[in-house]
Amino acid sequence: MNAPDNEVVTFDNVGLRYGPDREVLSDVSFTLFPGSFYFLTGASGAGKTSLLRLLYLAQRPSRGAIRMFGTDLITMARKKLPAYRRRIGVVFQDFRLVPHLSAFDNVALPLRVSGVREEDLRKPVADMLDWVGLSHRSEDRPATLSGGEQQRVAIARAVIGRPDVLVADEPTGNVDPEMALKLLRLFEALNRLGTTVVVATHDVHLLRKVPESLIMRLDKGRLSDPTGALRYPPRPDAPRETRT
Amino acid sequence: MSMKKPPTLGRKIARGFTRFGGERAAQLLPEARLAGPMPWVIAIMVTLVVVATAGGLAMRNIAETARAELAGGATVQVLEALPQERERQAQVVEAMLGSDPMVASIRRVPDEELDALLEPWLGADSESQAVPVPALIDVRLRGEVTQAALDDLQARIATRAPDARIDAQASWLAPVFGALTSMQYLALGLVMLLSLTSAAAVWLAARSALGTNRGTIEVVHMLGGTDSQIARIFERSIGFDATMGGAVGLTLGLGAILLLGRQFAALGSGMVAGGALGWLDWVIIAAVPLAAVALAMLTARLTVLSALRRML
Repeated sequence: MNAPDNEVVTFDNVGLRYGPDREVLSDVSFTLFPGSFYFLTGASGAGKTSLLRLLYLAQRPSRGAIRMFGTDLITMARKKLPAYRRRIGVVFQDFRLVPHLSAFDNVALPLRVSGVREEDLRKPVADMLDWVGLSHRSEDRPATLSGGEQQRVAIARAVIGRPDVLVADEPTGNVDPEMALKLLRLFEALNRLGTTVVVATHDVHLLRKVPESLIMRLDKGRLSDPTGALRYPPRPDAPRETRT
Repeated sequence: MSMKKPPTLGRKIARGFTRFGGERAAQLLPEARLAGPMPWVIAIMVTLVVVATAGGLAMRNIAETARAELAGGATVQVLEALPQERERQAQVVEAMLGSDPMVASIRRVPDEELDALLEPWLGADSESQAVPVPALIDVRLRGEVTQAALDDLQARIATRAPDARIDAQASWLAPVFGALTSMQYLALGLVMLLSLTSAAAVWLAARSALGTNRGTIEVVHMLGGTDSQIARIFERSIGFDATMGGAVGLTLGLGAILLLGRQFAALGSGMVAGGALGWLDWVIIAAVPLAAVALAMLTARLTVLSALRRML
């Protein structure tokens, strides 16, 4: 599969099944471009989380091809995957903060895993906590934080390493509408720095808040493409298909 | 919460250049420390291995000392019932062997010594000659005692002392050497079985710790943590436990060895005295807990890596 250099992720006829059951994802094809903002929508059980798991390399597909940053991930050796995972920030639906670590240590975790020295990570982590408005809670453990605060720690952890792609699974599902909008603005700010953002949500009201976003809709494991911007090669008249 | 531009990392920092490990990494999986009975299990295993190793080494030393003492040794028995004839043949043999170039030295075992040896079985009045006791001559040959050398000596002695029989001393103790060898193998088998049991215990504990920390491990995995990074955390924890257990086990084992050594020394037996442990033996015994730590860490690493390979 030949792809332009500016692609971030390309799925080509990807299918995914768990065990002998029917496919949860079928014939999924799309291309994500650098600096774009995507919403992944669909009803519960449509396959959003499965698609995201493929995106953040928690799983390989049952069939089809996936290219990421110009590299074929299907044939890639398992030991090479961590380097690619470090380029992807993930906000899990259930936050998945490490319960016995403070907010500071949770946010610092990706940097420590990447091998950043302690003296070099203190300021970036403090700045990141300040960015999400949690400087005053840096020493607190997740159990003592509210749902919105935990979500912001999870976002800070996902973006501290300046990932090329940010994947968020229902990031606003557990917060009130005001907090949801604030979290969305954080994603937009990051997107403006060039990070490709993919937000899975079933909240249709959220889609209108980011008018520049592209929409990927999953229906029973199949992807529809309302904006026409996701196909590879992109439709010529699709909005923002040349955006880089 | 500010809407300003998110902070950025310097390129050097973003690249990363230090290893994820140490106390910071250990904090990540506090449940990975195989707390509870694990250090005590390792302590018990190390104690048993230390005692078994010391036993095996003592057996080896006893056998080697005895072999060294008996090397070149042979015994002539004059099996004649009549005392005068027995004495005559014994003197003839003494004279022959004393001038033989193959013989380094001879010693006639005094009758008093024989009586003392036989007293527990025959009583104090063996002077009565109710049971004829052979005359014994302790012979030390130059070089190794081979069957050919013995046959040659036997042939020459037989011409003038027909009731004399010569035997290698080592052949008398062959069954004892066989038993000592068997006990050495038994000790080696015990050490291997205990090592396997320890590895199995660590394997079970590591799997349990993996299950307890599965959520955190998955997160670290998704953040780009490598299998080796995660395995190192477990290795470190089990290494700590094994070191503690090994130290306790070595102390208990040394206590048992010293106690047993004292009791065996009190027997006053020359053969048992040959089983004393040398400095190299103590080095081997001291290496037991180190080997236990290495085995535990290797087992933990392989267990964790094997489990992680089932994740993408």
